[in-house]
Amino acid sequence: MEIGLNHYLVLSTILFAIGLVGVMRRKNLLLLFFATEILLNAVNVAFAAISHYYGDLTGQMFAFFVIAIAASEVAVGLGLLIVWYKRHSSIDLDALTTMKG
Amino acid sequence: MFEAVAFYLFAFLTITMFFITVTTSQALYALSALAAGMIFISAFFFILGADFLGAVQIIVYTGAVMALYAFGMMFFDTTREVKEKQGNKYIIVGLSTLAAVLVVVIFAAPMVSENIVALYPAIEGVGNTQEVGLVLFTKYLVPFEVAAIMLLVAMVAGIVLAGKKMDLSITLMNDAEIEEQKNKKVLS
Repeated sequence: MEIGLNHYLVLSTILFAIGLVGVMRRKNLLLLFFATEILLNAVNVAFAAISHYYGDLTGQMFAFFVIAIAASEVAVGLGLLIVWYKRHSSIDLDALTTMKG
Repeated sequence: MFEAVAFYLFAFLTITMFFITVTTSQALYALSALAAGMIFISAFFFILGADFLGAVQIIVYTGAVMALYAFGMMFFDTTREVKEKQGNKYIIVGLSTLAAVLVVVIFAAPMVSENIVALYPAIEGVGNTQEVGLVLFTKYLVPFEVAAIMLLVAMVAGIVLAGKKMDLSITLMNDAEIEEQKNKKVLS
């Protein structure tokens, strides 16, 4: 039983689907951030697998940049979330609709 | 054989952990499950021979990101339930699966049309870390520096956003001072 590229792509699809379900279902903003991390990690797995099976290092490089982006997203997002929580003492997503769109 | 066993074991563990993350109502369980899932993801990188990426995954995600979330959670009242309004489950699952398949199609399209050329092929006789260093500091030097500036900006933004009024502590103030602070907040 040989593990090929398709196995990794299927795994990446499953993880990405789980992350998307999390993004659409959750109303807790903190858990929304967690779901975003899952999405980024799912794509990272696909990048690393393609990099391995094609003998090319570009995939790994992009995985590094994705990790850097994820780290900075967390820093800024969590800062904004703390400011929001201090103002409204709630991290409910539905409470964010202040513009009455 | 060994590779297959490792792949299926870690695939099962990762999917279980991430499933717990998106379904549990406790933020603390979600955080722990996410941290475990990140470690298991790094196992795939080790299986795929991307040793440096695996080490970075462990250090950045479980070391930095999870610690940041854990500290951030101290500001929130995570024991309080956030009301989860249930939408149509089938629409959500269907849309998610559709989008995920779309992502794989995006990845797979160049492979099917055989358009992929190895731009920076792996070098024989050196370890993964050395290869990564060679490519990162020659071809990807400018994106690397831009990423460094982006991280600096994110750090400054995090400090400025979260550090506002950190010197005030409600537990150390008496009632009059708290009232005064409240009035100030309303006015500002």
